[in-house]
Amino acid sequence: MYDVVVIGGGPAGMAAAIRARDLGLRVLLLDDNDYLGGILPQCIHPGFGIHYFKEELTGPEFAYKLMSNLEGVEVKTSARVLEIINYSDIEKFVVYTSPEGVKKVPTRTIIYAAGARERHAFEIGIVGDRVSGIYTAGEAQTLMDIYGIMPGKEIVIVGSGDVGLIMARRFSLEGARVKAVIELMPYPGGLARNIMILRDFNIPLYLSHKVVEVRGRGRVERVKVVKVDENLREIPGSEFWIKADTLVISAGLIPNVRLLSDIGVVIDPSTGGPVVNDRLETSIPGIFVAGNALLINDLVDYVAEQGELAAEGAKEFIDNGGILSKHWIKIEKGENIRLVAPHYVSGERDVWLYARVRRPMENVVLEFPEIGKRIRLPVVKPAEMLRIKLRAKEIREAENKITIRVIEND
Amino acid sequence: MEKVKVAIVGAGITGASIARVLSRYENLEVHLIDKNPDVGWGVSKANTAIIHGGYDDDPKKYPMRAKLCIKGNRLWHEWVKELEIPHIWNGALIVALKEEDFDELEALLKRGIENGVPEMRIVDREELFKLEPGLTKDALGALWVPIVGQIAPIPAVIAITENAVANGVKTHLETEVRGIKVRNGEIVGLETNSGFIEADVVINAAGLYADDISRMVGIDYFQIHPRKGEYWIFDEGVPGPRRVLFPTPTPISKGIVVTTEISGHLMIGPNAQDLPPEEKENLATTREGLEEVWEGAKRLWPNLPPRNKVIRTFAGLRPEPTGGDFIIRAEKEVWGFINVAGIRSPGLTSAPAIAYEVVEIIKNDLGIKLVEKSKWNPYRKEITHFFALTYDEINKLVRKNPAYGKIICRCNRVSEGDILEAIERMKFIGVKTPSVDSVKFRTKATTGTCQGSFCRPRIIQILAREYGIPPWKVTLKGRGSEIGVGDVKSLIRGE
Repeated sequence: MYDVVVIGGGPAGMAAAIRARDLGLRVLLLDDNDYLGGILPQCIHPGFGIHYFKEELTGPEFAYKLMSNLEGVEVKTSARVLEIINYSDIEKFVVYTSPEGVKKVPTRTIIYAAGARERHAFEIGIVGDRVSGIYTAGEAQTLMDIYGIMPGKEIVIVGSGDVGLIMARRFSLEGARVKAVIELMPYPGGLARNIMILRDFNIPLYLSHKVVEVRGRGRVERVKVVKVDENLREIPGSEFWIKADTLVISAGLIPNVRLLSDIGVVIDPSTGGPVVNDRLETSIPGIFVAGNALLINDLVDYVAEQGELAAEGAKEFIDNGGILSKHWIKIEKGENIRLVAPHYVSGERDVWLYARVRRPMENVVLEFPEIGKRIRLPVVKPAEMLRIKLRAKEIREAENKITIRVIEND
Repeated sequence: MEKVKVAIVGAGITGASIARVLSRYENLEVHLIDKNPDVGWGVSKANTAIIHGGYDDDPKKYPMRAKLCIKGNRLWHEWVKELEIPHIWNGALIVALKEEDFDELEALLKRGIENGVPEMRIVDREELFKLEPGLTKDALGALWVPIVGQIAPIPAVIAITENAVANGVKTHLETEVRGIKVRNGEIVGLETNSGFIEADVVINAAGLYADDISRMVGIDYFQIHPRKGEYWIFDEGVPGPRRVLFPTPTPISKGIVVTTEISGHLMIGPNAQDLPPEEKENLATTREGLEEVWEGAKRLWPNLPPRNKVIRTFAGLRPEPTGGDFIIRAEKEVWGFINVAGIRSPGLTSAPAIAYEVVEIIKNDLGIKLVEKSKWNPYRKEITHFFALTYDEINKLVRKNPAYGKIICRCNRVSEGDILEAIERMKFIGVKTPSVDSVKFRTKATTGTCQGSFCRPRIIQILAREYGIPPWKVTLKGRGSEIGVGDVKSLIRGE
């Protein structure tokens, strides 16, 4: 019997496996790719690891650092989990398939770190011809940086999130022409350092615009763009066409939670991931979650941090035959908070809260009224996750709930 | 024995069915020709996938449709078993939303009785909601047609073609017919982009292009215009009906259907938009068309999910002939030329019956005596689907080939073994240009929630390896739809 089966060999999963091993647990790490690292090996740009490793690394370097610290962890790649069986609160099974066949392994806990998927062209209502040359940003990145395939020459990118912007730079560096980045919202969606890319490479950014149609025979030939008003409604007569052979969709990520929802784990519609407590334990005892499967993060450092937290949760679970019952305090979303995790805190330990705002604001106060905590911030943006530490002592001041809200500073 | 050379133009459901039925005869040499890189990529590719009940075609106005639909329905019961084609016999409800609709339902029932449709009945409101609890509360009753079914249309064409090839039919893919040579009023052969194909008999099953092919021998009494229909498909887990739901039809259309398609996804569509004859390649979805479908479907099925549960939209074209009825006949002006044209709805249903109709035409009108083969194999085995196997079955396969244990498409659980088998089968029927779509139609890879963003790059690698070409030359759907323009440095090198 394993103490922990970690599902997903990306940064969250590897960090969880390493921490669990350090805590003396018997760990099996499963990943369905042929290689570990998750999405990191295709992220050949720098900007990773400043918080977690205290140095700036590329994606493959970040992955390699974790990979080389897996001694004592049993690792299986090309191994896809088919089913999680929640036999009881303290006993689970993981069924996975690999070139060795289907295996069913017993385990005390599970750390689910299966990452996210990207929204695709059909989900964002693009109509027209179904032709070659339409890729999600991550797929284009896989094609280029894992397999060495150049997808196209004239590129239009939908969405100014980080992946879209990084791919804009990547395409430019490979000699392709990025003709436009089209952003639905009136503000860019990525981290400030990535928005710089647009200026560096002289790429036009169209805010408050959307791609509505693709035309072509066999391959993308042109895309139709339309301007939207403040309510995101299309403005008639504002349509124009851009000639391009490639359309890259970078329209956000959605946590992969199917294996969890299949067994009844409660999902939070705002994060897309499971509802968790401050041990990152889901609504099924002994199943923990970390990384982009929990909520969409903007830094891999946080993802790895969540992996470690989940491992510590698993250790506490195993030591006590379950996380002992506590007085759980609920974290409530207040003004201008789109999502927050974890959802329940105990007051037994300090907790990192991860949250995102709905809309950008300047000169604000991030406030927790029930415990009288106030943090002044010059600016908040949906693209940049808020990460706030609540001290155990502070949490204990609340009775049943702690609201998190962002209000104007007066 | 001197063989009669038969060339079938068009490897869709009709052409493939004809090829299969003709492969039964010793004295025929059957050639199946298509301009696409794979079979079933024309009209057959995008439709509602229903095996219709044969109750709505007026035998006076459309005698061929009325006769062949019900016969086709019955034949499909054998064919899906012999060829292991994914199918379900789930029945249909034609729903009345207004009192007046019952007049039309009565008319359909009467026509169904005339056409020989078994088991139809008008059900009242109470029984209707027992059959289909999710229907709109406005429903007053329905015509219940239990014999309706659903199949997977492209897998059906693939299955039929595989069986035809196993029985000696020769395929010519990526072969476009450019002219038909006639001497002394008799067919001599076909001029194509890949050379001359000798033929004594030409069967024109060219779908949307059947009028163009017919004109090549000077027969131009009909025209085909495309009628577009658009569809939405939703993610798995979105609840749909058990039966096929039709609204009460109008004189122009059977209406927008709500159904759970074979793979378990809720599907709605089609609308009907007539396009000019020159727009035979116009498969673009449109906002207007899709909205029309959405609104139409909502009238029957009010619980449509939010738009972010949509995983795909697509459009199909039906070939609408002059006159509206199927045109199936040997043309007297040119001996050996048989038109099988205008095979619009219910063409998928009628296809096997059309094939037997063609046999009769060859025997009676062309006077060719057909000699049955002593050994003809009616069976074809379905491709391995990892998702359909038990864990024990998977382990048995893995012992022979470890690739069956490795998942490539996460959403639909398609193994590398499934994909390798698909490629083997593509090669078996003569697919020369590797495409992701050819793998998709055989395995269902790339059709799930993520629409291929994880597995497409891996499928490309497998196709490139098995076909021995650089990965970027692998296509999405045939030449002109290559995945890339070169390797990553090709633009910088200035190639």
